[in-house]
Amino acid sequence: MELINIFVKSIFIDNMVFAYFLGMCSYLAVSKQVKTAVGLGMAVIFVLGLTVPINYLLENYLLKEGAMVWLSPALKDVDLSFLSFLMFIAVVAAFVQLVEMAVEKFSPSLYASLGIFLPLIAVNCAILGGALFMQQRDYPTVGHAAVFGLGSGVGWLMAIVFIAAIREKIRYSNIPAPLRGLGIAFILTGLMGIGFMSFMGIKL
Amino acid sequence: MNPLKKLLEKVEPSFREGGKLHKFWPVYDGFATFLFVPGHPTHKGSHIRDGIDLKRTMVSVIFAMMPALLFGIYNVGYQHYLALGQESGLVENMIYGLIKVLPLIVVSYAVGLGVEFAFCVIKKHQINEGFLVSGMLIPLVVPPDMPLWMVAVATVFAVVIGKEVFGGTGMNVLNPALTARAFLFFAYPAFISGDKVWVSLGGEKAVDGFSGATPLSQFITQGPAIKNPVGGDIGFIDGFIGLIPGSIGETSTLAILIGAAILIFTGVASWKIMFSVFAGGYLTATLLNLLAGHFPDNPYLTIEPHWHLVFGGFAFGAVFMATDPVTAAQTPLGKLIYGFLIGVITIVIRVLNPAYPEGMMLSILFMNVAAPLIDYYVVQANIKRRLKRVTAKAA
Repeated sequence: MELINIFVKSIFIDNMVFAYFLGMCSYLAVSKQVKTAVGLGMAVIFVLGLTVPINYLLENYLLKEGAMVWLSPALKDVDLSFLSFLMFIAVVAAFVQLVEMAVEKFSPSLYASLGIFLPLIAVNCAILGGALFMQQRDYPTVGHAAVFGLGSGVGWLMAIVFIAAIREKIRYSNIPAPLRGLGIAFILTGLMGIGFMSFMGIKL
Repeated sequence: MNPLKKLLEKVEPSFREGGKLHKFWPVYDGFATFLFVPGHPTHKGSHIRDGIDLKRTMVSVIFAMMPALLFGIYNVGYQHYLALGQESGLVENMIYGLIKVLPLIVVSYAVGLGVEFAFCVIKKHQINEGFLVSGMLIPLVVPPDMPLWMVAVATVFAVVIGKEVFGGTGMNVLNPALTARAFLFFAYPAFISGDKVWVSLGGEKAVDGFSGATPLSQFITQGPAIKNPVGGDIGFIDGFIGLIPGSIGETSTLAILIGAAILIFTGVASWKIMFSVFAGGYLTATLLNLLAGHFPDNPYLTIEPHWHLVFGGFAFGAVFMATDPVTAAQTPLGKLIYGFLIGVITIVIRVLNPAYPEGMMLSILFMNVAAPLIDYYVVQANIKRRLKRVTAKAA
């Protein structure tokens, strides 16, 4: 039950895009077509779903103060948490590399259309944000962390697919020239945020 | 010939090209085509032209809103005199209601149409009168004592950010009237939520034991045992007829259903959306109602499903807001999915989200955001199915 709660919460209530405005660069840049948006969203789900639990393990068995007592009781005063940014980013980068190779092998057309934004998932703030939220919220087990990572990924996918569908729809609208492209996408994101306010306040 | 038409024809030349007032041609054109069906011929290609153009469609929606509006005006007066403990007849109620409601309507129309006319003059395109309906919806979804300047600010926000930046009428993603209401709701929550604003006291002292809480906000704490402002019981029939506190136009399900009949009969609004909103809401409320025994600390769960449909803005949203042809899903199957999810999310927000007693506004805005995606996948599924049929035949 608790796991379901975390899952629903990370999709709707603590949505990475609309509640925290994380991962905006790729969200804005790759949301011109639903197809590529789904591809990138899947990649983000994969990376978030795996890096958050792995970072959780690193955090709890290596970095936190006293995390290394399982090696030897003498290490209980060692606090490596100043390394957490580095470690998290390294794990994320490694996984993004993996995704990149997989996408290139299995779907070259998607690889081409994502372009630079596929390797840039490594510095997507939603991914590092996922790891840091995991650290801050102190989930009790690795399962909780994994569910949180997956849920955040699904929420991000939902956000980018919604805006991609809207942007496909308004492609031929007579939008005032200065707002075409990114300008209207920003306004759109704000208005979509109002829609997502519906779920804020639900306590699970 | 009609004297009005004569007058229009007399002033027309000064708006035509070369005339003194040519800049304001969109304004003239807007008025003239609003009053009389224009005689424009089609220039290119073959088209079928219908007498029912956009302006006529908009006006039929306004007619459909009349029962709700008139009842709303009456109810504002009725609640006022009820709260003061005074006897009042139909005439007094209507007069007090008009004093409260008319300024809201005037402000909403003046500001909204002003912005729209300004955009049309600058961008030199025709006025589409898309605001005719929104301008009537905005006063109907606010409490009677809403300060007028707030209505004006919200209307400007809704028309400019909600609609004109997307290219004007027909291009908006979110329903403009609901955008205005959401703006008010999040910017000035003290004036559009809580239990102080729904009954207009007009500065006078209410009777002892007065409480202006709406039925929905009472559901949160006491379940179905709800009271009207002076302590009388409210039952299902009262909710259906609508003599209860609430936003101006939303209280009477009866008046709204008359409007729905007009909309469906004239073919202006989609019955699929209305039906599926009610279906989704009813099913979700039934499911949650079944769980009521397991969660005794949430009295909202004990509300029976048919109560959900008549209290609050459910009927109003389903009939007038969800069916907005621009922001709703466009495909037939998409409309059913879209409406159904609006009903589901509304009840979920009402019952499970303690922050908001009412969920209609936010669930429609949420589904407005999701509607293009629903359409996208419905269309893709159609393409896939037909492709299969073609390839099967070829093989």
